[in-house]
Amino acid sequence: MTNEAKGRELVRLSGVTKRFEHTLALDAVSGSLFGGEITGLVGPDGAGKTTLIRLMTGLMLPDDGALEVLGFDSAKNPAGIQASIGYMPQRFGLYEDLSVQENLDLYADLRGLPQGERPDVFEELLAFTDLKRFTGRLAGKLSGGMKQKLGLACALLKKPCLLLLDEPGVGVDPISRRELWKMVENLTEEGIGVLWSTAYLDEAEACDKVLLLNGGKLLFSGKPAEMTARVENRVFRVSGIRGRKRQVLARLLDEDGIIDGVIQGEAIRIVTGNDTRPALAQAGEGASAVPATPRFEDAFIDMLGGGPGGRSRLAEAQAPFTGKDKGDEKGEDERPVIEARGLTKRFGDFTAAENISFDIRRGEIFGLLGPNGAGKSTTFKMLCGLLKPTAGEGRVAGFDLRRDAASARNRLGYMAQKFSLYGDLSIAQNLDFFAGVYGLSGEKKRERMTLVSDIFDFGRHAGQSSKDLPLGLKQRLALACAVMHEPQALFLDEPTSGVDPITRREFWTHINALVEKGVTVLVTTHFMEEAEYCDRISLIYRGRSIALGSPDELKAEVASADMPDPTMEDAFIALVERSEGQAKDAA
Amino acid sequence: MSGSRTSGRTRRFLALVRKESLQAIRDPSTVLIAFVLPLILLFLFGYGVSLDTTRTRVGLVLEETTPLTENLAASFQASRYFSVTSSRDRRDFEEDLVNGDIRGILVIPANFTADFAAGHQPRIQVIVDGSEPNTASFVQNYARGTVANWERQRQALVASALPSISVEQRFWFNPELTSRYFLVPGSIAIVMTLVGTLLTSLVVAREWERGTMEAMMATPVTAIELLVGKIFPYFVLGLAAMTLCVLLAVLLFGVPFRGSVLALYALSAAFLVPALGQGLLISAATRNQFLASQLALISAFLPAFLLSGFLFEIDSMPTAIQWITYLVPARYLIPSLQTVFLAGDIWPMFLQSIAIMLLIGAVFFAAAARNTRKRIG
Repeated sequence: MTNEAKGRELVRLSGVTKRFEHTLALDAVSGSLFGGEITGLVGPDGAGKTTLIRLMTGLMLPDDGALEVLGFDSAKNPAGIQASIGYMPQRFGLYEDLSVQENLDLYADLRGLPQGERPDVFEELLAFTDLKRFTGRLAGKLSGGMKQKLGLACALLKKPCLLLLDEPGVGVDPISRRELWKMVENLTEEGIGVLWSTAYLDEAEACDKVLLLNGGKLLFSGKPAEMTARVENRVFRVSGIRGRKRQVLARLLDEDGIIDGVIQGEAIRIVTGNDTRPALAQAGEGASAVPATPRFEDAFIDMLGGGPGGRSRLAEAQAPFTGKDKGDEKGEDERPVIEARGLTKRFGDFTAAENISFDIRRGEIFGLLGPNGAGKSTTFKMLCGLLKPTAGEGRVAGFDLRRDAASARNRLGYMAQKFSLYGDLSIAQNLDFFAGVYGLSGEKKRERMTLVSDIFDFGRHAGQSSKDLPLGLKQRLALACAVMHEPQALFLDEPTSGVDPITRREFWTHINALVEKGVTVLVTTHFMEEAEYCDRISLIYRGRSIALGSPDELKAEVASADMPDPTMEDAFIALVERSEGQAKDAA
Repeated sequence: MSGSRTSGRTRRFLALVRKESLQAIRDPSTVLIAFVLPLILLFLFGYGVSLDTTRTRVGLVLEETTPLTENLAASFQASRYFSVTSSRDRRDFEEDLVNGDIRGILVIPANFTADFAAGHQPRIQVIVDGSEPNTASFVQNYARGTVANWERQRQALVASALPSISVEQRFWFNPELTSRYFLVPGSIAIVMTLVGTLLTSLVVAREWERGTMEAMMATPVTAIELLVGKIFPYFVLGLAAMTLCVLLAVLLFGVPFRGSVLALYALSAAFLVPALGQGLLISAATRNQFLASQLALISAFLPAFLLSGFLFEIDSMPTAIQWITYLVPARYLIPSLQTVFLAGDIWPMFLQSIAIMLLIGAVFFAAAARNTRKRIG
């Protein structure tokens, strides 16, 4: 491919509209993709990203409007498109019961790669993806990161002009994600146009161009810097906060002129409505606001008209927990609400979690951070009594999970990773069911149900089957069901993965306020930014906890001359590399 | 240009076939459905389920004791079809019959010897449990057969001039009336239904579920290549499973094989066309393994079992149901296969069956192709 391919228009979308039964998946989307660039297709789950990619492959036809891909009309000549694109669907499109080499051979045949070129191409791709050692291994036995590289290799067999990647960053650890990104960047040097779809807004910043989708509408199209320019000089980092940072955040959010704010370690990041410096009366003496680099997410929130306020009526209705509810006289408030002591879980000869220990104090948010498959959910499930540890012990609210799991479970609220409510029941029926399960009845039950319906604004949707609800509303319902019985500990498994940033903020506003009432929170996430909302985090990697501390401590630990202000992801990668170095030294 | 396109097509097709074969070999469920399940079915029909009445428990009532009746009683006792308890009074057995402890009462009446001596047709009474018609008619028929045998022996012995007219049934092609002989060919049809429809519908639905179908479709593969590449290995697998069954049937169960191998494979291949077509149609329509397996069981496996004449006579079904059986491909295969095994080649019958099965298959394939265009939504 020559340089003239660079900057060539590869895809032209004109008024592309796609409807499904209940929803408008894409609403008159117009835009272009160019050669030699990474274009980010960015938006929360359900925004229409996958639909748009499928339309580009010619596997789906628009109801209105037209797509021209590589000069072919997608409705008239899908075969022309399919002959020269590379496409990696969400689950990589690999045959798990075929080996790495067999997958490559299959796609080479299907794409018509001439026999003579194969040795060189295979050699190059295997070196590029570092899979040479694994050619005989079944694809199903590869790690998430390796699967993804193989998927990419299969899509690249016959050098495409356009590479479509549907959420390549999902389910992959941050190290593999960075490696993949570098590979894709190399491809653009050759003039290939890459579409990288993602729900992570931080990935958008690294793209050359961005198409931002929300609810089927194209909100923005252009360079990410043009987007962040919207909030230039309006983003500040407030540090030196005295008092409870979450209370400060809640008060800041309710001030006029502040449209968005999130906890960032010990500091608070805020976005103002105009470029006047924010008044910090709420943050107490000594607090200072320093301008910060605007992020894509700040601009997105601004574009959507600002984040939610800081009030949580859910928390206001909650009686504070003081730690005396077990009738202990000796000021047992000091006792941690959640304790893990050497928790270990083995499945056969595979150790999913090894010797994991921590204490979580009352009113603390503790995060388990790590890529998918690292052992977070296993640890999590052992602590809520869903999984029996092979060794070690766990306590919740003082109850030993092995002996008294039922009492422990009555005091915790659990929000599972996937939408785990009854999809065929309506909102009201789900609430009713979970209230019943947690032993609420009569007046108390009615009161709680009315309260949460009111707070989460379920009224209009109350009768609708919950599986048909928009993602944001499902997520609210899941939270509502988990807090119905006013638990003193909340277990949140990947609570906001894929949801839009407004819903995420709303969610954390409630969690922050509940924490101020003495609720204790254990949260798992693979989403590095979310880890900043926690008081302390434990980095879980390959079944072990490789570091434990506050976000600021962990970042400070890896700060160096090259990296004076590391992000959470930088810290994670550096700590993983360090721990692997130690493991090697030990061996 | 056109030459390279053709070779591209061949190569894509071979690649799909190779992929599918590798997957089939590596997937334990394939081996289970194609080889283990047929074995279980064959053994079940070969040994477990027998429609023959060997050793049926009956009560024998001797209302008079003469050398003649004793002799007939001994003949019943020696029969390998009956397990006999004797008594002098039929009332001894009435309760047993009601309770189902015995399947019938055979009464040799008081005037039997006199009648026989007088040259009358000797009569015995058979009392059976009419609530189980199959067993009842077997008891009746075998009792009659036993008496006939006994009579023939006596005639040979006595060489008496008195000619006795007895109704004698003769079963052609299966003179021993061993039900195993016609159940085993029938179960081959069941096995091919399992491989053709159930397995095929599962593997296509699995590609949709795992998202590999989407990745395939975004390559230059055409829908036809995809379909044919998908079913070809299962066609071969179906014939392999059939071969295994036939070998077992002939070598292990001693089922006679009087027709030709050509007829066997021609019929089986023709039957696999509608079976595979139905499997493809189901999976293309559902795209979900669970639903596909349920549909395959209900729409292919059960009809092949119940509506094909395999276990139940089609002639004794209600007329409406009889009409439905015309749509069941197994209905055409099973009689033809039984003929191949037990009678020999009757090509006019086979060709008609083959034509009808291919026709049904063509309908299924047309519907499946309509449903598997290269489109997702």
